[in-house]
Amino acid sequence: MAAESTLALSLVEEFVSGLQDSKAKDAAKGVKDGKFTVLQLVEALGSSLTSSQPHTRARGVHLLSEVLQECYGDLTEREVEVLIAFYENRLKDHYVVTPPVLKGLKALTKCTNLPPGSAVSMLRSVFQDIHVQSLMLSERACVYSMLINIMETREAELKGLGADFVFGFVQSMDGERDPRNLLLAFQIAKNLIHGGYDLGKFTEELFEVTSCYFPIDFSPPPNDPHGITREELVQALRAVLTGTPKFAEFLLPLLIEKLDSDVQSAKLDSLQTLAACVSQYEHKHVAEFLQGLWTSVRREVFQTSSEKIESAGLAALTALTSCLSRSVLSSDSEDSLSTFLDFILKDCKHHLCEPDLKLVWPSAKLLQAACSASTRASHIITVAVMPSLLEQYNNRTQCSHRRTLLEVVQRFIHSVKNCQSSDNDESVLLAFREALCSIVFSALSESNSSLQITATSVLTSLAQQAGLLVESDIELALDHLTRLLLTEEDDRVSLAVVECAGALAQLHPALVITKLIPKLKKEMFTEPMNQDQEEVSELHSHHAVRQRCLSALAAVSIQPSVVQESTPVLLEVLRSAHTGSVNFSVDEVVLTCRSLQRIAERVQDSEEAGRCFHDVFIPHLLSLALQAALQGEGSSGTRSPLVEEVVLSAMVPVISTSCSRLQPTLAGQTASRAVSLFLDGDVSFLPDNSFPSHMQLLKKQEGDSWSLSRLVCLLMGSVCSLPRSVEVPQIDKLLSALEEMSCACSHPLSYTSAAKCFAGLVNKKPQGDSLDSLIQRMMKRVCSELDSPSSSVRTQAFTLMIWVAKALLLRYHPLFTTLTDKLFSLLDDADLGPMAADGFSLLMSDSTDVLNRACHADVRIMYRQRFFSENSAKLVQGFNAAPQEKKPNYLKALSNIVNKLPKQVQVTELPALLSLLLEALSCPDQDIHLSTLSCLEPVLVNPPQVLIQQLEALINRLLALISSPAMSVRIASLSCISTLSHFPVHEVLPFRARVLRALAKPLDDKKRLVRREAVQARGEWFLLGSPGGR
Amino acid sequence: MSEGTRLENANPVIFQRSGERVQTASEEDEDVHDPIDDREIFDILSINDPEHPLSLEELNVVEQVRVKVNDAENTVGVEFTPTIPHCSMATLIGLSIKVKLLRSLPDRFKIDVCITPGTHASEEAVNKQLADKERVAAALENASLLEVVNQCLSTRSI
Repeated sequence: MAAESTLALSLVEEFVSGLQDSKAKDAAKGVKDGKFTVLQLVEALGSSLTSSQPHTRARGVHLLSEVLQECYGDLTEREVEVLIAFYENRLKDHYVVTPPVLKGLKALTKCTNLPPGSAVSMLRSVFQDIHVQSLMLSERACVYSMLINIMETREAELKGLGADFVFGFVQSMDGERDPRNLLLAFQIAKNLIHGGYDLGKFTEELFEVTSCYFPIDFSPPPNDPHGITREELVQALRAVLTGTPKFAEFLLPLLIEKLDSDVQSAKLDSLQTLAACVSQYEHKHVAEFLQGLWTSVRREVFQTSSEKIESAGLAALTALTSCLSRSVLSSDSEDSLSTFLDFILKDCKHHLCEPDLKLVWPSAKLLQAACSASTRASHIITVAVMPSLLEQYNNRTQCSHRRTLLEVVQRFIHSVKNCQSSDNDESVLLAFREALCSIVFSALSESNSSLQITATSVLTSLAQQAGLLVESDIELALDHLTRLLLTEEDDRVSLAVVECAGALAQLHPALVITKLIPKLKKEMFTEPMNQDQEEVSELHSHHAVRQRCLSALAAVSIQPSVVQESTPVLLEVLRSAHTGSVNFSVDEVVLTCRSLQRIAERVQDSEEAGRCFHDVFIPHLLSLALQAALQGEGSSGTRSPLVEEVVLSAMVPVISTSCSRLQPTLAGQTASRAVSLFLDGDVSFLPDNSFPSHMQLLKKQEGDSWSLSRLVCLLMGSVCSLPRSVEVPQIDKLLSALEEMSCACSHPLSYTSAAKCFAGLVNKKPQGDSLDSLIQRMMKRVCSELDSPSSSVRTQAFTLMIWVAKALLLRYHPLFTTLTDKLFSLLDDADLGPMAADGFSLLMSDSTDVLNRACHADVRIMYRQRFFSENSAKLVQGFNAAPQEKKPNYLKALSNIVNKLPKQVQVTELPALLSLLLEALSCPDQDIHLSTLSCLEPVLVNPPQVLIQQLEALINRLLALISSPAMSVRIASLSCISTLSHFPVHEVLPFRARVLRALAKPLDDKKRLVRREAVQARGEWFLLGSPGGR
Repeated sequence: MSEGTRLENANPVIFQRSGERVQTASEEDEDVHDPIDDREIFDILSINDPEHPLSLEELNVVEQVRVKVNDAENTVGVEFTPTIPHCSMATLIGLSIKVKLLRSLPDRFKIDVCITPGTHASEEAVNKQLADKERVAAALENASLLEVVNQCLSTRSI
């Protein structure tokens, strides 16, 4: 017992007289570990607490408070009661004692076993004895935290205190200036409002004391350790101000006043606060301010210079209107919604009659904002506005006026749609259906292209209004669209028409099948009339018509039912092109393949669509390609367009896209069919079967003919894009045949496709010894070819290696490093060096037809970063060691890699490579310049410090490139120079005169595109450091 | 905006933008020389109006037919049309056009900027000011004037 009190005594002594702050921790630890009790500590403190020196007393209380902060959880209710009584009493003591007293009280508010009534008495004492705003920052924070703590645990008791509590709080926060404390104070105010405390007669005081901070004007000091942002304060204050309708009568006039401010952020804040607060209000709260609010919002939208403010204004108007629409009307009160909408209509409607003046759009936007708020509002506004818009459209003759009116109409249709989603009422627009249709159709018949484009989008919006258009309207619309497709030359119009047809096909597939597709088919199969006269323009326009029909067919084919009708038409085109029964150019055949590809990409997933691909699509394509190839072999006379390599290349994505979307069972069947066709010459599944038996598609052909061997690209399309779960039959035999072909064949498309196909299969082959030995075998063969300089198939071997390297890189296979090492060593090779440098670009970029995610390839995330971080050092080393004439290969490889890295990574990694890249800018190769400049450009937007240090070197090199012989390099360097002007002013200002002088020359460049870039760059540099500029 | 800064012309007529220049194949050909033409000068002049957040093109202050360039003889002539005959901004707009052209064209060109005949009350006075090299140079020495001109020439950022 005695030992315990001596320990406490000595700690007290050292803390109070010895001023050793660390002893407070020891004392708290002593209490926690049970070495002595709080009571013993207080006894030990006895003399300090009763000392006649205020500083000693403060020190004593300080120790006690520090201990309580640690141990408030262990106190008994009785102890708490005594301590609170003591602390309350100490509040009346000398001012130096107050800070530790508040700290102690704050600790006590965290006790779970506060005796009843003590919270209230504590608060009373604080409010009575302390003037909060004359305290220091941290003590004020202490008071706020106390309030927050008590409000959390003793809500009922505080509510018993009534409005006094609110008054006490208002007094204590009145005049607070520190943002950290304001966040606390706003939180208390928000709790007061949302917790349902009785504000009593202090509502206005509470509003005054918080609203005086509105709008928040705060910019945190640089390097602010507290990290408080303006946005945080704005949100906290907004939650207080908009929390209760009781504030309405004070808040709304304040908002109207602040909207008048010239400060943009104040306007924005006011509008956003308005939108937030009215969601809580009823019409009686806003009724008397409607006129004022409307005037302010209107002014902001009419005269705004910023889109942000405009859209905030419109959002506020929508919120206000929906507030008015929500309220329940009593029989005697006036309908405030219609009063309000009357204001809007009165001020805006007449502007809609002046379609060439500036205010037509702000007015339309305001009306539409109100319109989209509720069904009732949309009804009132539509009825008031639509007739006059329609009438105007019919009376105006100028196309630009009509177009503006049509655009306004479209936005109304859109805003009506927004408020109608929930109920299945009749559309507000039903009354105007006929009139709307007639103006749309009349606009579609005009010759003005922009009017036609607008009309198609109005048509789309109308069609999307559920239950508005009837079948005959859609039929008529399809007739118009077909006519435009067949006759209209303007690309933008046909694009819009195709898009609109696609939207209609989604909603009305049956009508599209019966009305649109037959007409398009008929048109495509008509031969141009006067073939013999060879009228070029005629042929040209006929080609354009076919092109539009093809893209329209692709656009409408989303629903499986439509696809079943449209794909046979396209396959028919291919067949007729092959047989020559109808004349199709190579271009048209390629476009047909593109359309098929688009359909395969976009069709909705379904059993039906899968069957269609598996049974019809793929066999037909393979059969046609095979027929063409066989014909090409023996050929004489007219060549089928399907023999062309471009057509074959266009077929690959069709097959791969459709295979990649097959269901697993169908995919398995497709795989085995394709493999048996190519390995065994099994043609039984192909339609129009008249093929010779025992074809050997993967064996070396007689006389090295390539017309059959290149079909391997179709094999690649089908087996490399299947889902990974599908097993490819006879895979080992297939792989060795592919390896043989890719190393032995001399035809580029054939050996490249074989290499890609090999790589695609390797990428998906399960991990294990068989894969490892396969790769090692392949590498042995490749290396032996590459290492003999006289070999005739070095290019082939390199191609196979680079594709397999890509396949392994994507899946993080450990053997990948063997291949990279070989690749690095090839950078020094006399013949293959440049090719190896380009190979890095292939490794880093996404390939379109194989080894990508759409083909279900095994692609790990961030493989590019991984490759970069593992190999960049090797590359730099190789660069330093290489002889001068080989250095460009390394630079090219590096810029190929960096160019394909994601921008964020570039920005972080570039500083280390900067000197190398600057070197690349001064080497003679133009390709390297271009690729390096494109790496540099994104980094220049947020320049790292290293770059700024090298500014002189950078500017020198860029200015030198302005006179490069390649215009793309000139353009890229000028655009970099333009970006440089946004660097910190003090860094770039010294270069201003020099850059301006250098930029005078490209102003007279012989190429317009270069001049445009130069004008832009020079303009920016002129603004630098000039008043009103930057 | 408060009473004092009411716009002179709050609801001007808006004209359609002519859209981006269509890029031709010959522009991408390294070997072809593209002469400086009217449209190119017109594109350089997509300057902001000091009063409205609209370009001079949308307000029809500058039209392509009123831009004349002769690449061979090194002359450029631009006529601009103030939105209203008493527009107090006319001199400022003219100055901005002139400065923009001075900064954007090779110095071999002689640049002539004037008001479309019959569209402004004090047409002659403004034309005279704009044609006077020394007055233009003096105006650009004036920091507050240069500030407004630069604001007109800054690319819009919203």
